[in-house]
Amino acid sequence: MAALRFRNLTLGYERHPAVHHLDGAVETGALVAVVGPNGAGKSTLFKGIVGFLKPLAGSIERDGLNAHDIAYLPQIADIDRSFPISVYDMVAMGLWRRKGLFGGIGGKDQGAIEAAIAAVGLTGFEQRTIGTLSGGQMQRMLFARLLLQDARLIVLDEPFTAIDAKTTADLLDLVRRWHGEKRTVLAALHDIDLVRATFPQSLLLAREPVAWGPTRDVLTAENLNKARRMCEAFDEQAEACAVEAA
Amino acid sequence: MLYTALIAPFADFEFMRRALIGSLALALGAPPVGVFLMLRRMSLIGDAMAHAILPGAAIGFLLAGLSLFAMAGGGLIAGFLIAFGAGLIARATLLKEDASLAAFFLISLALGVTIVSAKGNNVDLLHFLFGSVLAIDDPALMLIAGITSVSLVVLALIWRPLVLECVDPGYLRSVSRAGGPVHIAFLALVVLNLVGGFQALGTLLAVGIMMLPAVVSRFWARDITTMIGIAIGCAAISGYAGLLVSYHANLPSGPAIILVAGAFYALSVVFGPVGGLLWLALPQRHLEA
Repeated sequence: MAALRFRNLTLGYERHPAVHHLDGAVETGALVAVVGPNGAGKSTLFKGIVGFLKPLAGSIERDGLNAHDIAYLPQIADIDRSFPISVYDMVAMGLWRRKGLFGGIGGKDQGAIEAAIAAVGLTGFEQRTIGTLSGGQMQRMLFARLLLQDARLIVLDEPFTAIDAKTTADLLDLVRRWHGEKRTVLAALHDIDLVRATFPQSLLLAREPVAWGPTRDVLTAENLNKARRMCEAFDEQAEACAVEAA
Repeated sequence: MLYTALIAPFADFEFMRRALIGSLALALGAPPVGVFLMLRRMSLIGDAMAHAILPGAAIGFLLAGLSLFAMAGGGLIAGFLIAFGAGLIARATLLKEDASLAAFFLISLALGVTIVSAKGNNVDLLHFLFGSVLAIDDPALMLIAGITSVSLVVLALIWRPLVLECVDPGYLRSVSRAGGPVHIAFLALVVLNLVGGFQALGTLLAVGIMMLPAVVSRFWARDITTMIGIAIGCAAISGYAGLLVSYHANLPSGPAIILVAGAFYALSVVFGPVGGLLWLALPQRHLEA
């Protein structure tokens, strides 16, 4: 069964496509790496999946998933790090789906919050304000919040960029745990070795899909070269797309 | 001796008691809103909105004279119109919200002063710009108290999404549609509290009781709940001390209140334990871990 199905999907900004004519499906419980050069449309695709961006053409079907079933970690989280809020409160916001605007946080929830903080190795940091965290600790905190969101589809946009090896390894364990729990996980990544080691499936994107399927078939030298060339062919003066008109 | 200096003015004169109650009510409602304005880097937006209220209040004055409800109603309408007008223009054009607010409030200020001068005299104009906290009557007290009550209740209701909208708007957007309505409710609170402060402090100083205590609180606390407590305390003390200073030194009372808050600000910049100059300059030994 497919958790996500793209039908001739085109996403973009001001009529310029950033993801062009994408067809395919993500099976429920799949662990998919989305790979491609900068500007390949990975973030754009993710924004489309979580519903922040409306398709220019085509459609995304989310099989029975509503907004609450999708957890999204943006590439550059728009977080005001000078805001006086504690790590604990920030992680607790992961309970939003169940607690909403007014729901109280009871003893059971406190246990869940502490467990999530422990799972990312931030025990002892609960009362620190978020401004005192390092980049890696920040990412750990956001993963703790993702844990509490308990979502069926988890979308991670370059979660390990500028993150050290130890933190990456710890957080990858959580990704594997989600995979084991039959959650669907999509992650945009640049580290090809990491993708080969952990992600069974890959989508190689260069504004158009280059290849999609089992990782070892997708991430060939030939495909990666092709992806790089396609991304360099961006045309500011492009004509209206012929495929769309046909 | 102390009684004469600190309590007698309020025991002897009813207008001082009213002014005190009005100031304390304002001190309860406006500073929490100011703390959020500051944390959202919208400190100057409050200033712009305060000016925006002027032409509305002036039109009320034009139509009904110095009637509290005409002026408050006019101020409310103008404040909402400009808050949403600036928001709309920011969304529809390339202009950022702060730039369009700046345009709106300058026009409003000029328009308001023109309208007041057309009908009233300079005393009226001074009342509009700087308020007359010593002339607060019962209806005005009720209005301020009502606004403070509404403000605190609404703030409690929108607390969670408002905090999240400040710290991580992208996440709020991914889990809830509350972001837009909460932003509007918050702007409405800003306008409401400025209209409340208008009677006592005028359009130019109403924003002072909102922002100065909020800025002060930043120097003394690291979490938002404590900050709001400190801001309210600072505003309340400023109101009380400002009235006393104005009574004894025969100074205009509205500006005296804001000046006391200003003195708190100056002290905080130097002595505040969270980022104050003195603490930054003091050599402190770093910790073991």
